[in-house]
Amino acid sequence: MSQKNRLQSGGRVDRSKALTFTYNGRQYKGYQGDSVASALLANGVDIVARSFKYSRPRGIVAAGAEEPNAVLQLGATEATQVPNVRATQQELYNGLVCSATNGWPSVESDWMGMMGKLGGKMMPPGFYYKTFMFPQSMWPTYEKFIRKAAGLGRAPTERDEDEYDIVNQHCDLMVVGAGPAGLMAALTAARSGARVIIADEQSEFGGHLLSSRERIEGKPAAEWVAGIVAELAKLPEVTMLPRSVVNGYHDHNFLTINENRTDYMADKAPEGQVRQRMHRVRAHWVVLATGAHERPLVFGNNDVPGCMVASAVSTYINRYGVVPGNKLVLMTTNDGAYQTALDWADAGREVVAVVDTRSNPQGERIEAVRKRGIKVITGSGVIDVQGKKRVSGVSVAGLDAKGEKVTGNVQQLSCDTVASSGGWSPVVHLSCHAGVRPVWSDEAIGFVPGPSVQNQLIAGGISGTYALDKVLAEGAKAGQEAVAKLGLAASEVALPNVRKVSEGTPMALYHIPHTKPTSRAPKQFVDYQNDVTAAGIELATREGFESIEHVKRYTAMGFGTDQGKLGNINGMAITAAVLGKSIPETGTTVFRPNYTPIAFGAIAGRNCGPLFEPKRFTAMHKWHVENGAEFEDVGQWKRPWYYPKNGETMQQALDRECVATRESVGILDASTLGKIDIQGKDAREFLGRVYTNAWAKLAVGKCRYGLMCGEDGMVFDDGVTSCLGENHFVMTTTTGGAAHVMEWLELYHQTEWPELEVYFTSVTDHWSTMTISGPNSRKLLSELCDDIDLDKDSFKFMDWREGTVAGVPARVFRISFTGELSFEINVQANYGLHVWEKLFEHGAKYNLTPYGTETMHILRAEKGFIIAGQDTDGSMTPIDLGMSWCVSNNKPFSYIGKRGMAREDCVRENRKQMVGLKTKDPKVVLPEGAQAVADTKQPIPMDLLGHVSSSYWSANLNRSVALGFIKGGLDRMGETVYYPLADGRVIEAEICSPIFLDPKGERQNV
Amino acid sequence: MLHIYCPHCEELREEEEFHCSGEAHIARPLDPDNCTDAEWGEYIFFRKNPRGIQHEMWYHTTGCRKFFNVTRDTQTYEIKEVYKIGEQPKVVAEG
Amino acid sequence: MSEAIAPEKEVTNVAVMNQLPSGAIRAESPLHHAELDKLAARNPRGGGVILRELKLLGHLTLRGSQDNASFMAGCAEVLGVALPTKPLTSVDNGSVSVRWLSPDEWLAVVPMDQAFEIERSLRAAIEGHFQVVNGSGGQTIIELSGPNAVDVLKKSTILDLHPSQFPVGKVAGSVFAKASALVRRSGEDTWELVVRRSFADYIWLWLQDASREYGLVVKA
Repeated sequence: MSQKNRLQSGGRVDRSKALTFTYNGRQYKGYQGDSVASALLANGVDIVARSFKYSRPRGIVAAGAEEPNAVLQLGATEATQVPNVRATQQELYNGLVCSATNGWPSVESDWMGMMGKLGGKMMPPGFYYKTFMFPQSMWPTYEKFIRKAAGLGRAPTERDEDEYDIVNQHCDLMVVGAGPAGLMAALTAARSGARVIIADEQSEFGGHLLSSRERIEGKPAAEWVAGIVAELAKLPEVTMLPRSVVNGYHDHNFLTINENRTDYMADKAPEGQVRQRMHRVRAHWVVLATGAHERPLVFGNNDVPGCMVASAVSTYINRYGVVPGNKLVLMTTNDGAYQTALDWADAGREVVAVVDTRSNPQGERIEAVRKRGIKVITGSGVIDVQGKKRVSGVSVAGLDAKGEKVTGNVQQLSCDTVASSGGWSPVVHLSCHAGVRPVWSDEAIGFVPGPSVQNQLIAGGISGTYALDKVLAEGAKAGQEAVAKLGLAASEVALPNVRKVSEGTPMALYHIPHTKPTSRAPKQFVDYQNDVTAAGIELATREGFESIEHVKRYTAMGFGTDQGKLGNINGMAITAAVLGKSIPETGTTVFRPNYTPIAFGAIAGRNCGPLFEPKRFTAMHKWHVENGAEFEDVGQWKRPWYYPKNGETMQQALDRECVATRESVGILDASTLGKIDIQGKDAREFLGRVYTNAWAKLAVGKCRYGLMCGEDGMVFDDGVTSCLGENHFVMTTTTGGAAHVMEWLELYHQTEWPELEVYFTSVTDHWSTMTISGPNSRKLLSELCDDIDLDKDSFKFMDWREGTVAGVPARVFRISFTGELSFEINVQANYGLHVWEKLFEHGAKYNLTPYGTETMHILRAEKGFIIAGQDTDGSMTPIDLGMSWCVSNNKPFSYIGKRGMAREDCVRENRKQMVGLKTKDPKVVLPEGAQAVADTKQPIPMDLLGHVSSSYWSANLNRSVALGFIKGGLDRMGETVYYPLADGRVIEAEICSPIFLDPKGERQNV
Repeated sequence: MLHIYCPHCEELREEEEFHCSGEAHIARPLDPDNCTDAEWGEYIFFRKNPRGIQHEMWYHTTGCRKFFNVTRDTQTYEIKEVYKIGEQPKVVAEG
Repeated sequence: MSEAIAPEKEVTNVAVMNQLPSGAIRAESPLHHAELDKLAARNPRGGGVILRELKLLGHLTLRGSQDNASFMAGCAEVLGVALPTKPLTSVDNGSVSVRWLSPDEWLAVVPMDQAFEIERSLRAAIEGHFQVVNGSGGQTIIELSGPNAVDVLKKSTILDLHPSQFPVGKVAGSVFAKASALVRRSGEDTWELVVRRSFADYIWLWLQDASREYGLVVKA
């Protein structure tokens, strides 16, 4: 009979809806409302993992996000594989397929486990540092081995086809956690009309009330919850997010929430539905009502399957109708856990004993337990557990008053389940994300959030408050406080009636001593996921790791996917005890986002595949695609790179494009160049301040090339600026530099020279720009333009004219980046493709050849023209580039870059200067980035003279051409330098002028 | 992610709309040509990078394209005040 | 410089250009190649999001100081409506709408065939320092409407779109997906996005993807 641990009635599962699921290849049954963990326990599955280091069998310990062991691999198909799913948080659905993450070949019979005893000795804390870090080259091998054996889950190898997305939210109040405190806070604020978002990681709101048999307003707690939820659902300004883990709490009340929208229904999201959604929430106020995690106690062999946290046992019984065993021994330091004994007994199974570490515990629940005839063993602890794959018994011994030593005799009890409670740890994770260090509370016996600079309130378990009446009151108070801070009118919210339960004082105890010293006692686990033991922490401390942050890193405590939710406080307590300090003196570790592991899909949202990054297109893009262009990414732009025809290789296409342009005419889509419209009577003065050359006398109708430097004197952008009117200019920038230049101009105008009357507006996207270049460009243009006198003497090089091209009003600029006769035609982009196509209609007879960025690069390199960002890297002055002709020191204003260029280091001898490089063998093309040396025989490291910045095969010159930098290069013309390459070759090159073609510039002046 | 009040748009906006432009109140020397190398280096390279109160300049890139100043605590990230270019901060570091 | 332009004072100082062809040449809006008209013709019956391109409008950027009375008065006179000085607001006057961009910058959207005349009239009417730039080819307007339009926007922009924070008429420039857009609420359930030409295709793809779960209806 399956589900041997399932109760006939009780809990929130729907016994009429049976579900089938597969775990480790075997089919099991569960019910609607189960978690995978509750269903596994119902079926009596004890082992869900093998431990990371010692390969010990492990069972389910907890019932929520803090579960360290039941971390499963989920997914029925390769594409839907999800690693690191906590069985306690995964809702069961029909057809669910999961398996244990680690254990090889299986969790039941594990290869590492067979050599486990050896492994234990082999792997003390610091094991990785000591053993596997050297030799470093072997690490990948070790890692592969360890991962295969220990297992950390695996990513799918096929594409996940499900849809994920990200939604931005804003609210007055964000309530994290929908337990009693969170619900009260949300209700109080919502009744005042606040925009409220309340999120909870569980499928239903209610928090621990879903697992509790407490009564509120005389009703079962869950009924009270249902009433509150129904009211919240009716309020239009309330957003309720169940199944939503608040994973990060960032600056200025920004939170990231991962909402699971279909993972609870099926392996794959139903058609048209989003599988997971990340909510990015900006909240005016935040109430953290994240509750607390119960701490297990640390004792010998406390990892044997069957050892659980007390409240988790109650959760399985009360919420899921599952009793995870037959014979219970409960160990506790406090009154609260006695409820687990009552729940167990009420489920009809045997409570062997309650072992209380306190010598004389008094309280209502204790009395209730005693009345049921359950044995209570006081002043004692469970010091050891028997059993391998399941608990078979425990050793119980008397303890001294502080719980530091075993005093009395050891007695054996037979049982199959050990529940333990060492008190509660407030879930301070989110407050840590926001930079708040937790502070120790002796009263709560745990860390609570310290003061925050953010608009943050806390309520309930997170503040160390555990009694239900007080938790509800704190929630209401936080809600009222938020309402007041938000300036909203207070509303009536009465505190619900709950019965107060008298409790005795809990004992601050974490680590149960053994008869042997800790180092020789059976393993006492602190962090299950990383196999960190009390002895390991003692060893680390003895080895000198006294800071808790060091202990953590050395032992790997808290480094698992559970981030030490269960074990960290126990680990700190043990460290503190060894050091003879208090816990607050030892310090605490803080937590970082994310609270639980999150799928990459949820982070990426829609920003994947074709939407990974914006692609910017020009108005002629369709033509480029249709004409077979290969594209190059320039910033976000897709620019034609080259246009291969009839199976040409890239080099063949480039050779054809280069030759056609110089012999007849080529055309380039230059629309991506940044363009800035500049107007104002001080526009000219402004240009003179941001460019290195003179602008005072540039006449209307003329264009000029300019270099832009930073205050350090280094070139960062260049381009042609044209004088459209006395107070009107259009500036062009590099494609990649457009946004930066625009911000640069605004920076100086807004912060340094606001008195200058000038305005800047980007017109990059407004103009389609096409450059026709080559000896036949004038003839071609004349066929489409009859209102501009194209005669070489009336429309000179570096002039611009307004006219009509192919029927469209245009600005035509006679500027050239190829060294050929060139016309840059600009028309409103709505007509760009029309003009482009007309040029081709008329250009066929001239063999009009489209060329892309690569041919543009080659043609300009033949002329020695720089490309800012390729030939410059932020360390070159205009002088270094051999462009002193573009620097004017006669301008009255000390323009940007002038003082920088005059710095001692910028005017010294032997700076790297741009030169041309001719390889001795003209067929050899230097690799870009290659470094020059004067003598290849010198010892390594060699004296490097400078790098190659641009290098191409020039079909027009039938040889390679290169631009590069050489120390003192302008004075070393004709000298030979050598480029030793990684492959052993050495390329010999002669330093020459960077202008390889038409040094007098005659071709562009025809 | 910071939530920044733009003094020109007059509302709080998300950090991703802005671009931080470094320390505020770094005035360009009026007579660069007569600055020593040390003075010029001070102007272009050296910044306070304080622990605590810092005045920094932000640019509302996707919004109004205006620069403005922010006084921010570099430890807590708390924004103490926001003021326009040309104005002086009211909150300053002690000492 | 074009001789065709009337000999007004701006001619020598500023180049004003009628950028529209006189003949019958088809203009292609930034989303021309998305063929929205074809999609509109074979639309699904219903959907929560309705999209159309308000294409081929005249976009004039106006820059000037609010202290320049001539600028403020000239704009009001020519546009028939005063420039909104309250940040993040917009005004409408028939076929003209004006969006606040910054304290010294506005976007006037006008019929395309009036853009040149309006620019000339502005230049004739205004004294002092100002800028008018015709950017009509560089951007387009995508209109989203329908009950789920706001849901699609929430996936795309970090702006707070709640009616209390983003009433009808409000305008805000912000990040949009990984590009940017100027968002205006033109009605309770109607939104206008001014987007740059080069990003229009990306934003169109984005909007299709983000609206899939609600159903997208394209209107010509």
